[in-house]
Amino acid sequence: MKLDLSNLKKEASREGYGRALVKLGEKNKEVVALCCDLTDSTRVELFKKKFPERFIEIGVAEQNMAGIAAGLAMLGKIPFMSSYAVFSPGRNWDQIRVSICYNNVDVKIQGAHAGISVGRDGATHQALEDIAITRVLPNMTVLVPCDSIQAEKATIASASKKGPVYIRLSRTKTPLFTDYNTPFKIGKADIYRSGSDVCIISCGTMVYESLIAADDLAREGIKATVMNCHSIKPIDNDTISSMARKCGAVVTAEEHQINGGLGGAVAEVLGKSCPVPIEMVGVLDTFGESGEPEELIKKYGCTSKEIISSVKAVLKRKR
Amino acid sequence: MIKRVTEIKKLEILSDNIREDIIKMLVEAGSGHSAGPLGMADVFTALYFNVMNHNPNDPEWKDRDRLILSNGHICPVLYAVLARSGYFAMKELKTLRKLGSILQGHPHRHSAPGIETSTGPLGQGSSVAAGIAYGAKMDKKRFKVFLSMGDGECDEGQCWETFMFAGKNKLDNLIAFIDRNFIQIDGNTEQIMPLEPLADKIKSFNWNVQVIDGNNMKQIISAFSKAKASKGKPSMIICKTIPGKGVSFMERRFEWHGKVPVKDEALKALHEICEHECKLRKWDSQKCKLLINKCGMLE
Repeated sequence: MKLDLSNLKKEASREGYGRALVKLGEKNKEVVALCCDLTDSTRVELFKKKFPERFIEIGVAEQNMAGIAAGLAMLGKIPFMSSYAVFSPGRNWDQIRVSICYNNVDVKIQGAHAGISVGRDGATHQALEDIAITRVLPNMTVLVPCDSIQAEKATIASASKKGPVYIRLSRTKTPLFTDYNTPFKIGKADIYRSGSDVCIISCGTMVYESLIAADDLAREGIKATVMNCHSIKPIDNDTISSMARKCGAVVTAEEHQINGGLGGAVAEVLGKSCPVPIEMVGVLDTFGESGEPEELIKKYGCTSKEIISSVKAVLKRKR
Repeated sequence: MIKRVTEIKKLEILSDNIREDIIKMLVEAGSGHSAGPLGMADVFTALYFNVMNHNPNDPEWKDRDRLILSNGHICPVLYAVLARSGYFAMKELKTLRKLGSILQGHPHRHSAPGIETSTGPLGQGSSVAAGIAYGAKMDKKRFKVFLSMGDGECDEGQCWETFMFAGKNKLDNLIAFIDRNFIQIDGNTEQIMPLEPLADKIKSFNWNVQVIDGNNMKQIISAFSKAKASKGKPSMIICKTIPGKGVSFMERRFEWHGKVPVKDEALKALHEICEHECKLRKWDSQKCKLLINKCGMLE
């Protein structure tokens, strides 16, 4: 698939979530939304305006929100619970583990403002661990869409996926490079560029950076595959393994700790099925800080530049 | 639908039978909690044999009253009333905490019929109960949600988040009750983390609060019937209970919160419980002897 990167509009992925909630609400009266005093920035506001009787304000109480959502799901509702990722699944992880995942109820969890690109709010508000703590939970599905249109599709798909789903979204506007015809299926990684020298596997905001890196590398004669691994769980073992086999070297990229994140997940797959050299781009076991999003992604190594240098490093290790 | 037991004395005898089941389960399991389940045997007997609308033959009946056991560690009392009311065979009680059992050490929603939600980490059941009560209001359902809590559990902030939410939303279909036995694992609740004035605190969250003797069947039945009629506010019944009730050497001793009897202790406990049942039945000494011999045995 050739995605055109010129003249792209920019939009935050949370906008797609907000639109999808309204669409779901129109289609299914069992869809309800819960929020912890953050309706504007999570974009739940759109749903709240349209369906006030199906919107539940919880106040600043993320643990309570997780339990209430579980209770609603037990009556056949499809609750979408929204907050910042540092609070949900950060603060209410135990409630998500027991009341939602152990019960295996249909609760959908929006983690907004994930990643280092949250910006000025600083380290307390930059979720860099949420992929790790959700993907270890049995019954949980973990999705990291790459732009606002994919976020819309992921949100809509989550409603018909049985059991709990975590959707990770970002705050800042990022390039909108997929469209409504781009394939999206939970559990299926998508190939956006094909090349046989190296496979770049990324998720969320780093998919765009990976495409930029691949185009730059192509100018140097290095042919890279770019894979959008939006489903961290279930992970697409087949596509990851077959691309690793074809390319013989892998670079992962994410706006998250590489420990336990996409990097860890890909290493788990390949360690079993096809051990090849891997380099990981992401946050390296450190907290973030305040700053402009563009400054932070540079300082914490989440840009195409680090992907390119990691590709060169992994190619040296390739046999 | 379960056949209601209305006679107080019959309910009291049933409570003794439930206590008997609890002791037998715990000695067989070899670990678990004794004081809480024994203390709450009267309340749970009242709920499952008199107060609640439920159907053991149809555990998923949509209009059933729900019981949420937020203090999941007292599950032996729940398992005993579920078995005695017909949700599963009595023989399952002996499998408590064993590999492959439907009766997990703390309740698991999918393991046994009649268990509404998984609990154990304290405070979690309270929010789930509020969620069900809120959803029932949205759907204009008339069933009630009964929420069992422990007093030590109220150390958890999540309980108070629920109190705020239920008060704000006037969830009068939510009937919570606290096992106010003044003990928790490390000692007396008022030393570990004082809760008093508990009733006033909860009242101030816009709840109707009653304080009763949780080992007095008459008071239990009357409190739940008042709570069911409550309009515009959620209900709280603070049940003052004697931890370990019915077994003299366990009563009021926090050491029995998270400990189970060994065989000799269990035999002594069963003997006391059966003696009490005999007193209630007003049987002559001959008949009593037979009963005590029978129920005071660990088969």
